[in-house]
Amino acid sequence: MSSREEILKTAENLRWELGERFHDLTVEALYAEASRIARKTVSMAETRPGFNFERTLDRLVTGKWTGFPIMFALLGIVFWITIEGANVPSSFLASVLIDSLHPLLKDTGTSLGFPWWLNGFLFDGMYLAVAWVVSVMLPPMAIFFPLFTIAEDFGYLPRVAFNLDALFRRAGAHGKQALTMAMGYGCNAAAIISTRIIDSPRERLIAILTNNFSLCNGRWPTQILMATIFIGALAPPMLSSAVSALAVVTVVVIGVAMTFIVSWGLSKTILKGQASFFSLELPPYRPPRIWQTIYTSVIDRTLIVLWRAVVWALPSGAVIWLVSNIHIGNVSIAEHAIASLDPIGLLIGLNGVILLAYIIAIPANEIVIPTILMLTALVTGMTDVGSGAGVMFELESEAATAEVLRAGGWTLLTGINLMLFSLLHNPCSTTLYTIYKETGSAKWTTLSALLPLCIAFVVCFLVTQLWRLLF
Amino acid sequence: MNPLNRDQRLVRHGLDASSADVVVALAGNPNVGKSTVFNALTGLKQHTGNWPGKTVVRAEGSYSFNKRKYKVVDLPGTYSLLSASADEEVARDFILFGRPDVTVVVVDATRLERNMNLVLQVLEITEKVVVALNLMDEARRHSITVDERSLMKELGVPVVPLVARSGEGVLALLQRIEEVATGSFECRPRRVWTGSPKLRKAVDRVAEQLKQAYPTLPNERWVALRLLEGDQRIAEAVRTGELGRIASPEGATVMKKGKEDARVVA
Repeated sequence: MSSREEILKTAENLRWELGERFHDLTVEALYAEASRIARKTVSMAETRPGFNFERTLDRLVTGKWTGFPIMFALLGIVFWITIEGANVPSSFLASVLIDSLHPLLKDTGTSLGFPWWLNGFLFDGMYLAVAWVVSVMLPPMAIFFPLFTIAEDFGYLPRVAFNLDALFRRAGAHGKQALTMAMGYGCNAAAIISTRIIDSPRERLIAILTNNFSLCNGRWPTQILMATIFIGALAPPMLSSAVSALAVVTVVVIGVAMTFIVSWGLSKTILKGQASFFSLELPPYRPPRIWQTIYTSVIDRTLIVLWRAVVWALPSGAVIWLVSNIHIGNVSIAEHAIASLDPIGLLIGLNGVILLAYIIAIPANEIVIPTILMLTALVTGMTDVGSGAGVMFELESEAATAEVLRAGGWTLLTGINLMLFSLLHNPCSTTLYTIYKETGSAKWTTLSALLPLCIAFVVCFLVTQLWRLLF
Repeated sequence: MNPLNRDQRLVRHGLDASSADVVVALAGNPNVGKSTVFNALTGLKQHTGNWPGKTVVRAEGSYSFNKRKYKVVDLPGTYSLLSASADEEVARDFILFGRPDVTVVVVDATRLERNMNLVLQVLEITEKVVVALNLMDEARRHSITVDERSLMKELGVPVVPLVARSGEGVLALLQRIEEVATGSFECRPRRVWTGSPKLRKAVDRVAEQLKQAYPTLPNERWVALRLLEGDQRIAEAVRTGELGRIASPEGATVMKKGKEDARVVA
């Protein structure tokens, strides 16, 4: 036993004798040896003078004047392809899963002699929630993830981090936060895990607390729908899809701005400190392997994210059905809740339906819109649309969706505020759980839920007051 | 497309890493294609990306080659094993305490000098090393040639040129891993020592005591150096006797069952 302590003591004593320089000396010796071996074994042909593709490209994508425009242009193109491309498969999936399969399942249930509540609970609640998540989420993910992965495979991501590094440093955060922020556009929960690449705990916490401002996959459907119905509709038909894409890009840019502002605020208050120095390697560009990328990003990312959403959608669907079908007095729980949430909702330019939808849909942002539609139809007493209490539905056209929402008292202001609220509000429960696992702290997890939520309320409130002052 | 699929000797097991005969660790600098090598060996589709630091947790998979089952552990990419950021610690602790039978250090053939630092550090800890000279296609494109035979001589361990993306050289890598694991290739790593005489004396003294406490420790000089530098993690391992677990007898066979017996009760 004592011999172990003795060893440590010997080492401790000798360390004082050796002085500080010896660490440097051993590292130097190591580097010298490495360089000797490399000199002996590596030979390079004469460097070809003239055009160097990589250097030229790097100069463009990380250039002072060209870097940011290229970044935003690529972002816009990726969103545009995703928005345009997801339409057709989305409506196809909806027509199969919701229009055809859902009535079939209900009929089967009836013929098997299920009581109405079991039939409703299983198929109107749980099945529809899952069907919705699949048809709304799958197509944009199947388009976005491969595009993102191709950019990643090519080597563009570290260049983005390089461009944003100075800004992050000025905000007191780590330059690698640019990478974790980019991951957040796919999925915040995955991005929280990726913050492990940041060494300093302080900067890692900043990255975790602000990752929410990266608009994740589950929130695009909301953004795209609101942009199309309320903003794209203001433009002439020819331009409406471009204007909608521009509106979504604007929301993304607001998110990036919020990331910097909140990071700066945190590093000046509860997470005080200097940005730590790091060296980021700009890897060589590599030709992306297109087919392999598509295959792996669909299998790995898309299906895994989708599966998690489905798992969460099941209980949410059940809750939605229950709150709309259990009555206290003559009114359902949902309507009670909406009535009591309405005053707060209207104060910040939203309404009780939206707030209730966000409470019910905390497990997955994907089911916010269907929940909103269902609840709106419920409170406005519409009988000609939808399929009754607790049944989520999608409407044939965006015009019809807009009609339902307008009947629910929605205006352009509601649409804009919903886009802002969706961007800024608290992360979904999966992400919160991941934050808890990564930080191991209930305190930071709570803060990472409350901080964005407060910001969302404040921003929506200010926008509403300003709007009412102006118009 | 992949020549490996036609090779009957390789069976990829994907995630099922139970009851492996040989444990293989994959180490290397960030962004040298470790995950691509990992996928080529195990048939898994672990996400790969062209940016440093992508793998933050260690991934495991397995394959069989010549009727032996290999468990592969993909470690986070690190430039060195000296400082102690979270990912470097994961890598170092596994090489040190996880006792892999073979450590494959994946290096970027176009940036050999920088990559060599890590190779030399790994060689200080363990001698059962195979160096995978990856990205040979890029090296060729940049007209860089690496003389792998003299590199092998310099390091004293096998060196395999590789293009993991296309599968070129993977078979040779599998063979080399097998040879090192079974001991049919005897690794004689050159552990260079260029420190000052004063330091050498200090290391000798600590190493001497370590050798007494843990007679079968294979890398007492490295451990001594870490202790002299005040590495808390290693000091803790000495204090608790955890270090005893990494001490395995010279020339130990690769079979797992032999390992439990080799555990030194300190």
